[in-house]
Amino acid sequence: MKNTAILTEPLARNNPVILQVLGICSALAVTSKLPTALTMGIALTAVAACSNLIISLIRNHIPSSVRIIVQMTVISSLVIVVDQILKAYAFAISKELSVFVGLIITNCIIMGRAEAFAMQNPPLPSLLDGLGNGLGYSLILLTVAAVRELFGAGTLFGYVLLPTVNDGGWYVPNGLLLLPPSAFFLIGLIIWAVRQKYPQQCEAPEFRIKPAHRIEE
Amino acid sequence: MDSLSNLFIASVFTENIALSFFLGMCTFLAVSKKIETAFGLGVAVIVIQTITVPVNNLIYHLLLAPGALAWAGLPEADLSFLVLISFIGVIAAIVQILEMFLERHVPALYHALGIFLPLITVNCAILGGSLFMVERDYSFAQSLVYGLGSGFGWALAIVLMAGVREKLKYSDVPPALSGLGIAFFTAGLMAMGFMVFSGIQL
Repeated sequence: MKNTAILTEPLARNNPVILQVLGICSALAVTSKLPTALTMGIALTAVAACSNLIISLIRNHIPSSVRIIVQMTVISSLVIVVDQILKAYAFAISKELSVFVGLIITNCIIMGRAEAFAMQNPPLPSLLDGLGNGLGYSLILLTVAAVRELFGAGTLFGYVLLPTVNDGGWYVPNGLLLLPPSAFFLIGLIIWAVRQKYPQQCEAPEFRIKPAHRIEE
Repeated sequence: MDSLSNLFIASVFTENIALSFFLGMCTFLAVSKKIETAFGLGVAVIVIQTITVPVNNLIYHLLLAPGALAWAGLPEADLSFLVLISFIGVIAAIVQILEMFLERHVPALYHALGIFLPLITVNCAILGGSLFMVERDYSFAQSLVYGLGSGFGWALAIVLMAGVREKLKYSDVPPALSGLGIAFFTAGLMAMGFMVFSGIQL
């Protein structure tokens, strides 16, 4: 596969969140506002790219029986670095993200890409693969967060676009969008739209209802 | 005693770790197609969560918290940045030990849970439970109750979800929405259902 394809493939056609069902946990919890979603996206992309690169560099020296532990150690060290950087330079946001930065360790995108791609491929494609998957994740996160913040609070990145009734404007905000369950519905809608566009992604139904009888004339 | 039972009920219902914090969602959506497998995974999560949260609580308070090493003559040491890596190490080790123990002594349970145990290491509900324990500054007793309660809440959620999805396969869903798409909508509706519990003070 060409390098550019490795980078762009996970954005829509093979998106980690909506097609491979990876990394959903944090995708739901941090998307009520754009700044947190953006920080989370950047943090995850950085960790995914670096962990893929490092694991790919040492892939020939990892005995396969302990590979999970080795991957885990690499990933958690990177997450600690990210966590400390956030605490040092963006304390307010790191407080808001609370445990979700730490949970990047168990984000299946990172483990999944390390296991499925970086263990078999040379460093450069692995780096691009990590970057691409991180960006695919960030794309979903930002889409969901943009909808939730714009229609739930009338702002984008804190700038008022739709002045709400409470502040003397005209827009009646949709409170449901600020509550966590709305993220499920938005991601469900995104999956619906993407699968409508790429029908080969649809899952075959396990069960078909057989028509009881044919209606004659 | 009162506060502990309140903590249990809160961690099962109002602060359900699956449906109000969305932890362990990957497994929640992937393994909820049949009630039996969902139940097996749920039990495994309860067991692991009840062990790891209190163990991590001890490790945090005796080794990692700021000033925790005072007993070793190092009152200024602050190892709290090592929380993430030591917690995940503890979880992986406990899962491994439990797997070996069950294989040796309770083979029936081992075969029932077998395939799910390794999955649990990367279930974010487990690590999330330990991290919430640190953030909310639980004591040892509280962490024991919280581990049990949050594991129980997660198991409850995944079994309910599997029940809904088993019935759902007989319904006529648009092809682009079937499978994962409709699972998301179902989970969203269930999360809204669990929101009813919020605001209840016990």
